[in-house]
Amino acid sequence: MSEPLLRVDDVARHYTMRRGLFGRPTEVRAVDGVSFSIGRGETLGIVGESGSGKSTTGRVVLGLEDPDRGSVAFDGAALPPIGTPAWRGLRARMQMIFQDPLGALDRRLPIATQVREPLDIHGLGEPTARDARVVDLLDRVGLSADHGRRFPHELSGGQRQRAVLARALATAPDFLVCDEPISALDVSIQAQVVNLLTDLQAELGLAMLFVSHDLRVVRQVSRRVAVMYLGRIVEEGDADDLFAAPAHPYTRALVSAAPTPGRRMVDRVVLQGDPPDPADRPSGCSFHPRCPVAASRCRIEDPALVELGGGRRAACLFAAPGADAPSRKVA
Amino acid sequence: MATRPTDPLVRLEGLTVAFDGVRVLHGIDLAVHRGETVGLVGESGSGKSVTWLAALGLLPKKARVAGRVLLDGENIVGASEQRLDDLRGGRIAMIFQDPASALNPVLTIRRQIGEALALHRGLAGAAIGAEAKRLLDLVGIPDAERRLSAYPHEFSGGQNQRIMIAMALAGHPDLLVADEPTTALDATIQAQILDLLALVRRELGMAMVLISHDLGVVSQTCDRVAVMYAGRIVEEGPSERLFDDPGHPYARGLIGALPPLDGSRRRLISIPGTVPDPRDPPPGCAFAPRCLHADRRCTAEVPHLEAFEAERRMACVLAVHRRAVHRRELVEA
Repeated sequence: MSEPLLRVDDVARHYTMRRGLFGRPTEVRAVDGVSFSIGRGETLGIVGESGSGKSTTGRVVLGLEDPDRGSVAFDGAALPPIGTPAWRGLRARMQMIFQDPLGALDRRLPIATQVREPLDIHGLGEPTARDARVVDLLDRVGLSADHGRRFPHELSGGQRQRAVLARALATAPDFLVCDEPISALDVSIQAQVVNLLTDLQAELGLAMLFVSHDLRVVRQVSRRVAVMYLGRIVEEGDADDLFAAPAHPYTRALVSAAPTPGRRMVDRVVLQGDPPDPADRPSGCSFHPRCPVAASRCRIEDPALVELGGGRRAACLFAAPGADAPSRKVA
Repeated sequence: MATRPTDPLVRLEGLTVAFDGVRVLHGIDLAVHRGETVGLVGESGSGKSVTWLAALGLLPKKARVAGRVLLDGENIVGASEQRLDDLRGGRIAMIFQDPASALNPVLTIRRQIGEALALHRGLAGAAIGAEAKRLLDLVGIPDAERRLSAYPHEFSGGQNQRIMIAMALAGHPDLLVADEPTTALDATIQAQILDLLALVRRELGMAMVLISHDLGVVSQTCDRVAVMYAGRIVEEGPSERLFDDPGHPYARGLIGALPPLDGSRRRLISIPGTVPDPRDPPPGCAFAPRCLHADRRCTAEVPHLEAFEAERRMACVLAVHRRAVHRRELVEA
């Protein structure tokens, strides 16, 4: 097999947090030993709730934050240190899109100027040809040259996110990190942007790391999906298989909690309790206090992410091949 | 006023709202019956929240509200502040998206629930403590006795929403208006809160209006659903039929825009364009500029909400066609 475009190996990112004014500093393991790889033109979706570490994973992958442990390699080479010329050069190949397009755009500059900026910074193309390239890029995301002359506040939320996308595509990147790119948009506009993203995947062969809390959207754009809980991947696999037959009890609860129009609530797995505090991680399997099938050994043993076959990995004592599976009892 | 048991609990009649001369709500007609759950869905700016803020007199002074809001036959539009204070939190309670900002950060939970109990139920002293504890038990806050003396920041987002629900229930309301109650919450917590709302509604026999942009949430929880667009209801009917077979092109678009969670992936139906600016509404049907079926009739006049099947209404010229199909089906059946 050829080298994947992105290889993330046992990455951990810790923060120190102080509780209250005089509280003792506690360590929060936002990302705690995450490994995955993304091939060229492939999209990996990461789902999880707040505090699962999905956004921090995205930031570490882009080199916006240094991992405390582990390594990230892009195109076969380790990520250069933040702020170095090599790191800045890599920005042209790795781009990002976040939830809030208005925050990502400069309110005082017209859209076209902002889309052109990466071309100037990275010295791409002849200066005289750059304006034409900007129009191409805007057209690519469904905006007109007239939109380019406007300021961010003169565009709707969906149009702004398209503008951010046009700017991200300016350097013809190989890899895009999208962190909740459509969460702030209305439903009908979400569909426009999701369709645009899937078109771009197909036409430009873009690889993506797509981070979202929305299972449906993640499935729509990703071939593979990783589910994160408290800084770790608890399950990973083919998007269709994973949502159709989740192996981990947490994935099962997430799938069951995703409301489907036209279907009343029946036989739902509703988890008890709140997501645990990342600063106060439960012993053993960190999901055990909320797990509907937890046994006494789950309080002690910390399950590793193991291969289940068929490209599926899960970190659950009862999901391992050959394990007696009380988890099957829950429907 | 004498009311028959079949009369709706609340009936909105021709409710309109204007801010600075700009109409944002164009005549809402909607009835909520006792014990019923009605969903209001629509995108931002559709008027779903404004409808109920107007109905309960919660809009700022500059808002011009017209039309009637009948609570058991009594029109409460333009009612005195004192009368509204009695009704709000008493017969009609409301919960919002962000519980943390709706709770007072410097008061204990006991004080905040106690306030509602004193105001609307006339309780005092030890009775308040006992009733507040019962309410916290009801909404599933563990260790209620001890937690009563805690402050909002000591609870998680999901627990704060439970506390808001407890406060809303303090006045024994006949109607709970829940405005995006789970939007700020994680998926697994959202499921808990929706379950809780269904439970307390069943136990207390209360009616509920659920305002949400999330079609899935509404369809799972509600008996009846109204879809709003640009300040009007464009379709209304029983939840299951509306989601199985939406009539209005906008409702069809919204449902088609949702990626499926199983089966084969299809390209999403996206509604082109964006919602109209209320200061510059298009002529005729507000959805016409984005509608694939629009023709001359659509720009000529605003379609009215009319019946096209039993218990179903929509505001679209297609209603006539749907009615004919429906009639034919009835004859053939």
